[in-house]
Amino acid sequence: MVKPFLRQSPLAHLHLEARRPLGDGLPEAGIHVAERPHRSQIAVRGQATDPAFLQGIEKALGISLPTEACTASGKPGDLQVLWMGPDEWLVVGGPDNAALIISKLTTALVDLQVALVDVSESRTVIELSGKQARVVLDKGCSIDLHPRSFGPGQVVNTLLGRGHVLLHQTDHEPASGSSAYDIYVHRSYAEYLWSWIEDAAREYGLAMRS
Amino acid sequence: MSQINRLAHGGRIDRSKPLHFTFNGQAMRGYAGDTLASALIANGVRLVGRSFKYHRPRGIMAAGAEEANALVQLESGRRTLANQQATRIELYEGLSATSINCWPGPNFDLMAVNSWFHRLMPAGFYYKTFMWPAAAWKYYEHFIRRAAGLGVSPKLPDPDQYDQMNVHCDVLVVGGGAAGLAAALAAGRTGARVILADEQAELGGQLLGEQAEINGKPASHWLAAGESELAGLADVTVLKRTTVFGYYDHNFAGMLETRTAKLPNGGATTRQRLWHVRAKRVVIAAGALERPLIFSDNDRPGVMLAGAVRTYLNRYGVRAGSNAVVFTNNDDAYRTAIALKDAGVKGVCVIDTRLAPHGELPTQALQAGIAVIDNSTITGVTGKRRVQSVEVMTLNADASGVIGPARTFPCDLVATSGGWNPVIHLHSHAGGKATFDEARGLFIAADTLQASACIGAANGEFQLNDCLKDGFRAGRDAAAKAGFKKASRRKLPTAAVVDEAPARIIWALPTTKPIGQRGKHFLDLQHDVTVADVQLAAREGYRSVEHTKRYTTLGMATDQGKTGNIPGMAVLAQALGVANPGDVGTTTFRPPYTPVTLGAFAGRNVGPLADPVRMTPMHHWHELAGCKWEDVGQWKRPWYYPKDGESMADAVNRECLAARNAVALLDASTLGKIDIQGPDAAEFLNRIYTNAWSGLAIGRCRYGLMLKEDGMVFDDGVTTRLGENHFLMTTTTGNAAAVLGWLEEWLQTEWPELKVYCNSVTEAWATLTLCGPNARHLLAEFTDDMDLSADAFPFMSMQEGTVGDIPARVFRISFTGESSFEVNVPASYGLALWTQLFNAGEKYGLTPYGTEAMHVLRAEKGYIIVGQETDGTVIPQDLGMQWILSKKKDFLGRRSFARPDSARGDRKQLVGLLTGDPDMVLEEGAQIVAENRNNPPIPMIGHVTSSYYSANLGRSIALALVSSGRDRVGDTVYIPMPGKVISAEVTTPVFIDPQGERLHG
Repeated sequence: MVKPFLRQSPLAHLHLEARRPLGDGLPEAGIHVAERPHRSQIAVRGQATDPAFLQGIEKALGISLPTEACTASGKPGDLQVLWMGPDEWLVVGGPDNAALIISKLTTALVDLQVALVDVSESRTVIELSGKQARVVLDKGCSIDLHPRSFGPGQVVNTLLGRGHVLLHQTDHEPASGSSAYDIYVHRSYAEYLWSWIEDAAREYGLAMRS
Repeated sequence: MSQINRLAHGGRIDRSKPLHFTFNGQAMRGYAGDTLASALIANGVRLVGRSFKYHRPRGIMAAGAEEANALVQLESGRRTLANQQATRIELYEGLSATSINCWPGPNFDLMAVNSWFHRLMPAGFYYKTFMWPAAAWKYYEHFIRRAAGLGVSPKLPDPDQYDQMNVHCDVLVVGGGAAGLAAALAAGRTGARVILADEQAELGGQLLGEQAEINGKPASHWLAAGESELAGLADVTVLKRTTVFGYYDHNFAGMLETRTAKLPNGGATTRQRLWHVRAKRVVIAAGALERPLIFSDNDRPGVMLAGAVRTYLNRYGVRAGSNAVVFTNNDDAYRTAIALKDAGVKGVCVIDTRLAPHGELPTQALQAGIAVIDNSTITGVTGKRRVQSVEVMTLNADASGVIGPARTFPCDLVATSGGWNPVIHLHSHAGGKATFDEARGLFIAADTLQASACIGAANGEFQLNDCLKDGFRAGRDAAAKAGFKKASRRKLPTAAVVDEAPARIIWALPTTKPIGQRGKHFLDLQHDVTVADVQLAAREGYRSVEHTKRYTTLGMATDQGKTGNIPGMAVLAQALGVANPGDVGTTTFRPPYTPVTLGAFAGRNVGPLADPVRMTPMHHWHELAGCKWEDVGQWKRPWYYPKDGESMADAVNRECLAARNAVALLDASTLGKIDIQGPDAAEFLNRIYTNAWSGLAIGRCRYGLMLKEDGMVFDDGVTTRLGENHFLMTTTTGNAAAVLGWLEEWLQTEWPELKVYCNSVTEAWATLTLCGPNARHLLAEFTDDMDLSADAFPFMSMQEGTVGDIPARVFRISFTGESSFEVNVPASYGLALWTQLFNAGEKYGLTPYGTEAMHVLRAEKGYIIVGQETDGTVIPQDLGMQWILSKKKDFLGRRSFARPDSARGDRKQLVGLLTGDPDMVLEEGAQIVAENRNNPPIPMIGHVTSSYYSANLGRSIALALVSSGRDRVGDTVYIPMPGKVISAEVTTPVFIDPQGERLHG
């Protein structure tokens, strides 16, 4: 029968974890990458104007619902809510947590007209960071990602290269100019997007992050 | 060849860095900092090519983007580039270039015979001559193109890479000359995000070619200080070798950056980069281009723009001739005369069309001992491959002719200046207007639709001091308008103001005979368009400058008439008797300002990155299994899986037989899946689909048909009720996104009162479709919590449970007419389950099948494919699907059935076709006629929509849309094909198991 360890992320077949990691005698790379697979992702639909909905979310998740366009709440690496549209959010948590999150939300939002859909399997996450991370994104994304316009905690649904992504900036160090992004990509596009990033990053040097 | 024209000192070239290159196979040397053009002049090359139409010998005439003659073929083989301006090619070690448009070479060109027949080749010659008979054009064209063509396009893929970059800024400054650099400094100091783009290898623009001073020191000091200040500003980006080639709405600009030379192993970077710039403000400091004086035989090699001659001297340390005449209508060209004299050029004299020029510069020239012949014009030029002398005569009172004796001046260089035209191209690209400044004979940028301003020489400010002032003001102003108001108070740099007297504008200079009868007055050097051509066009009735342009081809060459258009427009005005040339107007400036390599537009969207390949979780299994792929949108779907030695037909037949006799497995993950939730979900489906959904029991599935408002079939699929207020819709693979968009459109714009949410879950699930009599046995091995018997798990129902210990949704639905189970598991388990099914399935004859077998199997059952049996003109009734149209409720598209056209008796209807010869497989798309006769026209009554060989039936089958098809069942129809006519019997469209026993079994 199918054992849990046979589960495969969209980029598993590339064996990224087997590549030489950062700091292993490689020249300094401007770009660090990793796949962050199997994150729990729940699409939440509801009315941001309904106080009961906002309170229910906060009660269930312990973090508030971001109602400002293109923003996120919560902490990277922990439970987060990403704004997707005026009535649409993506709750993101660690692997294998979706059922628990959905059950908490279901309890807290009972009697409200909402939709909760487990879409954990729909997307994988490519983490992109480094001093040249923003420039790599600039090659394929027409959104203004300059620190004055886009910073940590901001999220945007956009095109990267020719693929649709959900781009979430998680970090920025003004001193070094280094930025970090979580790029959520539909699994069918993951290999294309990975190839695109590798290609765009080539001139800056690319290293795997553990 | 030695650099005979190189000065011992001076210029911005680096004499310590010699570079080797070849031109037409001849080895030459230049220096770092040279362009190909400056190096060619240094090496004494006078002739660089032949003209387009008459194949007249031509030499370098400019020093920048306005060059019309010096086009070369750069490099050879895969890296070759055609029609490159020698003036814009930075010299690099090993460069190789050849002349174009001449054979066997520029010194002896066979096509030069054209110039003997020039009287036979007036404006519109090709239109007039080769258009009759029209059918013969295809024969003429071949020879005309061969005779006239410019460079040679590469035949092989370009090995160089190109990429693209998106950037946003507060202020984009176009041009890094005095005004542009000043603007960038002023804007950058406010903290605004500034991009300064300049087409040349160094900042400075025209300053690089002048001996100008700023703050009493050579301008190069100010340039260096400015550049270094910009480099220290964090949010200022300076891009050299970068041409802003197009300016579009919403302050969007396109820039082409050249990053490496056209060399093998150009480096890790891309050769060129296309920048997409979105700016809040645009400052256009693109400078000005000098225009030539238009006189008889003004195209001879050695006739050059005066500013260019000066640039070659001052910037490149190159003397463009050893014996020079300057021919001008303005003061500026005197700078060239003085510089030539200083460089030791002999016999320098100035022919001025003005009477007694008296400005500061003419006075300086006279003091330097330069002869000035005033109120005169050049009436003729001798020397075909190189100027040998000019003939000069005095202008008559109204400059319509010449008088007095002719004087001859021996010379090998004629430096001409007709004044300068502001470069308003970008301003015009983005919809900006221009007004004609009659006194100076030039167009000035006027109203614009964009947040932009033309400044400096691009705005007709030709004094350096004005350019500096204008630049600082415009930079501050642009930054302030973009929200950066902090302006530092600094002392602005200044330059001496030179008093320049007005020019005397004479658009076409007279000679001893009427224009056209002695020599040629060239307007457009690259397309060989003369004053006589434009005058002829006017006589023939052309009034519009746009029509005249197309008729004469004025300005339609690769240089887009940068030097010839304004004089050409003025000549047209004169010929039409229009007093103000501004009333004739300019032709439209269009992007790109200078040519852009197509590779830059493609960027990295080439090869494997040309278009995303969407992959299912099982993609790499299919690949290893050696499947052939079918593209469905961006998805790759397995088409069929040939075994060693199998043809496509063999493989598809094998897969089809396995699906009906054993068990076969299809990857159906690509089908669209939409999760629909909300208290009004059933009502929403009632409106979207043609049939009724309220009564569907939980756990049951129903086939639905979706129409557009026009009643035409849009999509179909099976939707399942997961809960009271919860449905899962499936769509066709290709329409998944369109259907979701369609649902959202109706929810958001027409039915906002419906409480429904739609979410795409296509990517969340891997879908494995087991099909065939053994499907149940195989699946039973993988589940212990679902009863798979026909009674417990009937056709069109769904169960949730585990398959192979994985949580799964299993649907008993079928697109093959066979007992089928569509197993949906979380996508990341798809590959593991697929593999395990094959480990266990061998004993049942498990066979993977692809889309081709799927298509055959569904055609055997007469199931339609949207997009194959439908084409946007097909209503459900045409498909015999009246049964799915609810009469009890409204639905999208229903009202269109009231149109008389929907009720036409002769509409095309879906039928089956069985060919008389059972082995004959019809071609899809083939036309169908009712009568087998041989005297066209024969009315077409329909076409074949699907056609296959059916291994299960042992014969061919086809589906077709045929006019009144259902009334023709039993009739014979004919399908005429090349060399034969195929007969077929019209049947109902179901070929196998019409009772559905297999389906429900």
